[in-house]
Amino acid sequence: MTIAAAATSGDVTWSWNLLNDVRDMFSYPFMVNAFRAGTIVAIVGAVVGWYMVLRKQTFAGHTLSVAAFPGAAAATLIGVSATAGYFAFCVAAALVIAIASRPSGSRGFSAESAVVGTVQAFVLASGYLFATLYNGLLSGLNNQLFGFTFGITNDQVVTLGAVGVLVLAVLALIGRRLFFASIDVDVADARGVGVRLLGVAFLLVLGAAAAEASQITGALLVFALLVMPAAVAQRVTARPVAGIGLAVLIGIAATWGGLTMAYYTSYPSGFCITTFAFAAFVAVHRVRAGA
Amino acid sequence: MAPYLEHAALAGTAIAIAAGLIGYFLVLRSQVFTTDALGHVTYTGAMSGLAFAFNPLLGLFAATVAVAGGFAVLGRRARADDVVIGSAFAWVLGLGALFQRLYTEHHSSGNGRAGATYLFGSIFGISSTQAIVSVFVCGAVCIAMAFISRPLLFASLDEAVAIARGVPVRLLGAGFLIVVGVTCAQAAQAVGALLLLGLISAPAGAAHRLTTRPFVGLALAALIAVFSTWAGLLISYVLPRTPPSFAIIGVATLCYLLTFAWHPNRAAGRGPAHHADATLLPDI
Repeated sequence: MTIAAAATSGDVTWSWNLLNDVRDMFSYPFMVNAFRAGTIVAIVGAVVGWYMVLRKQTFAGHTLSVAAFPGAAAATLIGVSATAGYFAFCVAAALVIAIASRPSGSRGFSAESAVVGTVQAFVLASGYLFATLYNGLLSGLNNQLFGFTFGITNDQVVTLGAVGVLVLAVLALIGRRLFFASIDVDVADARGVGVRLLGVAFLLVLGAAAAEASQITGALLVFALLVMPAAVAQRVTARPVAGIGLAVLIGIAATWGGLTMAYYTSYPSGFCITTFAFAAFVAVHRVRAGA
Repeated sequence: MAPYLEHAALAGTAIAIAAGLIGYFLVLRSQVFTTDALGHVTYTGAMSGLAFAFNPLLGLFAATVAVAGGFAVLGRRARADDVVIGSAFAWVLGLGALFQRLYTEHHSSGNGRAGATYLFGSIFGISSTQAIVSVFVCGAVCIAMAFISRPLLFASLDEAVAIARGVPVRLLGAGFLIVVGVTCAQAAQAVGALLLLGLISAPAGAAHRLTTRPFVGLALAALIAVFSTWAGLLISYVLPRTPPSFAIIGVATLCYLLTFAWHPNRAAGRGPAHHADATLLPDI
């Protein structure tokens, strides 16, 4: 916290000498780690998010993102690593949503949205309970909710990278069939694609990605890295490969821009990253509306 | 009974009734995600009040109703396009984080709590004035719902037929969203910005599972919400380490969970009320 506070308290200034600025920024190891972790998360979040937007599962995605908060709080309470807590809770929440909201004909959605909403409120309430039971909560609570980008260790980066590779590998395996199942459930089902299994697998992948991303932006702002780059990409192009590539680029640009801004100003990194992503979204929205 | 408990029970009951009623329609109309967004807006609203030194409750109320109005203006698209809602509120929440930072920087003494209070509610901290305001506002919400519930039900179940029968579907949808905004702003004071979603979706989801009849369902949703609130307050009073908002959401979730056990074959859920439309709503 102290290093981060020193660096974000405004005693560094933007000089317009880009090379120097970057060198200056990267002279701090915590800043290098923030960029490494941010890049991993931006890539994974954008790819998974692209499918999430395609499948109209933004609400489920948001719920899985916030499941990271009780995960972190529970881990703090019982004294294990926060990373384990993140993944355990996010994956568990994904399973609960998958089981409870079994697709059931055309009217499945309204029931599903109540399930998702309830799961979300309950996991957040549990997180609050854990945080209350653990008495030294206050600064920890804010970090868990809004991110602690500048406190990432080397080990965390390695974990993030490993899980990121795993998530991307799973997506590469099921990607084509998942795309088919997302575009036209009925036809895919008739062609013998395991639609239901794919749905569950995707929720698990989404949970893992959300658990990753929440370590960077905090549980409440993860959703930004999942939804915004993908939303922009889908507005620009309908082609899957181009769309996913574009989403990744936007995610990385928003993360790098946000981290740089957070370094040179006193604003929280979560706010900076979401602002860059949202600016891209609004810009594309305007252009498309105008065209 | 301690006065703070009286205020909590009074405000909590009023808020729970309003939340149950609108929740039933939100689930029916698949608009739960909108509530999720509005809940987060309440937080940013309250934080803006703190950061710029005006009454946080005023900021909370104004921001929520304004955003609900914005969704209403977007109209049809707001209902369909979860991506727009999602992107907007992810950023609004980022803004909330910024306001919180601004606030804690300028008021250095012990204000880390402020954020948590608005995120997770402080029903035991409600003053008598706030309790009375809650009762009046929620009473107004209930009256509004009583007026619009029949046409809204029609419009939610079969929009095309409702339009053909001359029901002002868009106006109803917009009015309903404003009512939702007002209710969210109230509920945020009881269970907090993050947890009001549970008070709205869990009782309503349970009611949808238990009955196919809309007006029974509405009453049931309100009843379950009130029960959850009372039980939650009681639990939190008996076990002081349990935050009241957790207890309330916990009981509501448990009620919802029980309905899954109760009706295993309906758990495959045909959206219950949808088969009632033709018979129940012929003449509006």
